[in-house]
Amino acid sequence: MRPIIRVEGLSKLYYLGGSGAAYSTLRETVMEVARKPLRYIRGVGNNSQILWALKDVSFDVMPGDVVGIIGRNGAGKSTLLKVLSRIVEPTAGRVELYGRVASLLEVGTGFHPELTGRENIYLNGSILGMTRREIEIKFDEIVAFAEVEKFIDTPVKRYSSGMYVRLAFAVAAHLEPEILVVDEVLAVGDASFQKKCLGRMRDVASMGRTVIFVSHNMAAVSSLCSKAMVLWQGQVEYPLGSVEGAVQQYLTQVHKITKMKLAERTDRQGNGRVRIEDFATFDSQGNELEYLATGQEIDFRIYYSSKENNVQNVSVAIGITSNSGSFVSMLSNQVAGDTFESIAHDGYFTCKIKKLPLMPGNYTAGLIIRSNDVILDWIQQAVTIVVEPGDFYGTGRMPPASHSGVLLEQEWTLNGAAS
Amino acid sequence: MKQTAPQTIPVATAISAENSQASGTTFHLPEEPLVVIQPSSKWNLINLKDIWAYRELLFFLTWRDVKVRYKQTLLGAAWAILQPLFMMIIFTIFFGRLAGVDSHGIPYPVFALAGLVPWTFFSNTITASGNSLVGSAHLITKVYFPRLIVPAAAMTAGFVDFALAFVLLVVMMIYYRVPVTAQVLFLPVLVLLTALFGLGVGTWMSALNVKYRDVRFALPFLIQLWLFVSSVILPSSAIPAKYRWVLLFNPMSGIIEGYRSALFGLPFDWPAIGVATILTIVMLFYSVYSFGKAERSFADII
Repeated sequence: MRPIIRVEGLSKLYYLGGSGAAYSTLRETVMEVARKPLRYIRGVGNNSQILWALKDVSFDVMPGDVVGIIGRNGAGKSTLLKVLSRIVEPTAGRVELYGRVASLLEVGTGFHPELTGRENIYLNGSILGMTRREIEIKFDEIVAFAEVEKFIDTPVKRYSSGMYVRLAFAVAAHLEPEILVVDEVLAVGDASFQKKCLGRMRDVASMGRTVIFVSHNMAAVSSLCSKAMVLWQGQVEYPLGSVEGAVQQYLTQVHKITKMKLAERTDRQGNGRVRIEDFATFDSQGNELEYLATGQEIDFRIYYSSKENNVQNVSVAIGITSNSGSFVSMLSNQVAGDTFESIAHDGYFTCKIKKLPLMPGNYTAGLIIRSNDVILDWIQQAVTIVVEPGDFYGTGRMPPASHSGVLLEQEWTLNGAAS
Repeated sequence: MKQTAPQTIPVATAISAENSQASGTTFHLPEEPLVVIQPSSKWNLINLKDIWAYRELLFFLTWRDVKVRYKQTLLGAAWAILQPLFMMIIFTIFFGRLAGVDSHGIPYPVFALAGLVPWTFFSNTITASGNSLVGSAHLITKVYFPRLIVPAAAMTAGFVDFALAFVLLVVMMIYYRVPVTAQVLFLPVLVLLTALFGLGVGTWMSALNVKYRDVRFALPFLIQLWLFVSSVILPSSAIPAKYRWVLLFNPMSGIIEGYRSALFGLPFDWPAIGVATILTIVMLFYSVYSFGKAERSFADII
């Protein structure tokens, strides 16, 4: 059997803007040219500012495969999808595609708010590569799938965000290419709609089409894909193979990186005015904890340092996700209380949880510090939080481990007790 | 996206020898890849087959531009007529009345409008195409299609306005009883020239704009200056014969004079039209070449 997609030695090099923005003005170019001879003489290159978003990536995909591509942010997943979708050109290497490709890097590409649902179906469909005939044939099906029959002649700017997303996905879902390239579009919409989307993708796959799917959601990858691959800093870390193996590899990788000292982490975003230095957990007596227990009173501490003495309106958040990649909870002073008015050079933020409601298991937490809604420092998948069984209800009993999730305070009464 | 595969063979037959468990789907895996993605060589810049495959997208983008423009504005389609109409009134007051420009015996308002209608088409085309790529960043970074379609759609959308403005011109000609001769049959050629030259300049500007955002500011200024040397206000005969050859470098001058000749039955200035045609073709080739070169990195830069 011959592959439908053949990727050989694919590499993509990015020059990270030395002068800030990637585009420039004439003035900057003129200045650059004037400076260049000097730089030439001094022998100072610009080489430090390069990034291999993809490096020597090779794999073959067979017709009918549903391939999951897993990796942390910045691992090169999106770049790979963009190259496969012909949006960006590779620096080296070669891709051969033996079928029509449709790529869904977002839903609703090219939707125009002023146009009606009907008009947008035609516009979006043609942008995604459908012919007018194809759109006409599928039109009723698309409208029914999106459940927007009543509003089909209303401008989409009047749609609710749910309707908008449904319509956008519906158009995309009715593409019939041989190869479908999908980027986490499933992260949109409500739960029932997500289910519908997953179902639709499964249908596409069962029709013998080839799907390439990128996601953070391990549960979705596990349930949807027949093969998977892990990327790490632009390179293939786990070659295309079993899904379980790839997911395991990814989790190990995440675990490894969360073991790194936060101060040494380089995969951070934000302007850096304030830096996250460390994260630790303490019990109510102030003892540092390595493992937490369900139901325990704990303090999360985020240690920071700042070059300035008076950063104002600071909000801090801890985003907790489960191992499978779905969001569990968000802890934020901005939501639960108030932003910190101003902070000194260094110190720590404490977030107290009176009674930890997480079921036993491993969780990953991302940390972010913002000031006036500008990101100062943000580390995704910063730490692993390990939760051990504990006595949440004070009864000595826990729900079965298979019923994972969170524990809620509850009270039960009975009306109709036999006397 | 109707790409026909050369010599397809059914997968089922191809693999039956090695894999009897073939799925029931009748899917044909072509011998040759439909698409090869690799760093593009220097000269393989424009893929005309690809553009042809996406011709429907050109239609839909044009249709969107026209529809949105007329939906969002209060006066809608009237703008297409008001713009040249007011320019005509102002020109008539200042140049027709006060300066007493010699307009070959044609009433000055009609004379000016015959220049303004194609000029407005041209200037709108280069403005719209010039800004089109940057304005479509959200499309370019999310989905593949031949990028040349974006500036081209900006031009074809402007053509609708041109058609409306032309109606005004016809009304004015009837009102002033300007007779029409057989020369009017040459008009489609001139319209094509205007469109292609506008497309050439606009495409070039759109590619430059991605790299240098100065273009957005420079373009309106350039257009203003260009208007004065394009024989819109004055006939080229108003310029001393000694210097008239300079106008040959501006295809718009020859084209606009061509419109007047065709509409009013005046003698054609064939050398000027010939040079304009050659320059238009050169411009088109150059802009498609420079666009193709820039196209490779659009998604990286925008």
